[in-house]
Amino acid sequence: MKRAAAAFGAGLLFGLGLVVSGMVDPRRVVGFLDFAGRWDPRLAGVMIGAIGVHAALLRARRGAALPSLGPTGGSGLDGRLVLGAAIFGVGWGLAGYCPGPAVVTLGFGAGRGAAFVAAMLAGALLGERLSAARSEAEGPGREDCGLEPEAGSQLAAGAANVEAT
Amino acid sequence: MLSALFGGALIGLAATLFWFANGRVAGISGILRGALLARGRRGELLLFLAGLVTAGCLAAAVGAAPAAASGPPVGVLVVAGGLVGVGTRLARGCTSGHGVCGLSRFSVRSLVAVVAFMATGAATVFVVSRILPGWGVR
Repeated sequence: MKRAAAAFGAGLLFGLGLVVSGMVDPRRVVGFLDFAGRWDPRLAGVMIGAIGVHAALLRARRGAALPSLGPTGGSGLDGRLVLGAAIFGVGWGLAGYCPGPAVVTLGFGAGRGAAFVAAMLAGALLGERLSAARSEAEGPGREDCGLEPEAGSQLAAGAANVEAT
Repeated sequence: MLSALFGGALIGLAATLFWFANGRVAGISGILRGALLARGRRGELLLFLAGLVTAGCLAAAVGAAPAAASGPPVGVLVVAGGLVGVGTRLARGCTSGHGVCGLSRFSVRSLVAVVAFMATGAATVFVVSRILPGWGVR
């Protein structure tokens, strides 16, 4: 029950952060990416605020379950990481939506957001198949953000232990 | 800039809460994947996503939702969504997973991903705004 409330609360807080910061406005996002044109630097604040708070709070609880990733984490640097991120960037620049804001936009009740999200889910399934085809030899990788799968699960267990103690 | 900083701080708090209470990285593309493929604690992932949508509903209710952008025809929007979906699966992360959570952990993989998607995002905006302005977000 506590975990369920935390999950919903985290999503709500995350979504409110996306709204307040302006990440849910595609014009603002595209303006931020328009370095060579009329660059709108305001969204830089989102990364500064989010990373500042998250990094500081993770570090404050270092003793228990520091998610240390080593120099590269995960499967290291590979072509798939760079290719995938590059493809993602093209879609992001075209529409001004990345996954989080796209999901929040569903709450605005506009059809355009829903069309984007539906296409995004279809693309994710395709990406999953492409990924799975290539990673059979490498073992499963499920975590985002460069977390090594095994390390990720240990860390998750560590985090749960922290809560328990 | 201040509202962006404040919003960012909320995102950082949310990611921290999700990590310590639910043991999950708050990468939205990964959460969507887990919800879609029923991996991990699916109920908690769905609740997180419900929280995101609720935030959108609240914003719309108080008039804080941005005016709908004109711009990319729906076909372009759908292609863009597909690219975001495929790309984030191959890269195993998006702006939140790599950008916020990964960079907060000084992950080199995440740094490489962020540089790559910022670069192609900027290049896309550059090309579209000059060659195909009708496709661009306005």
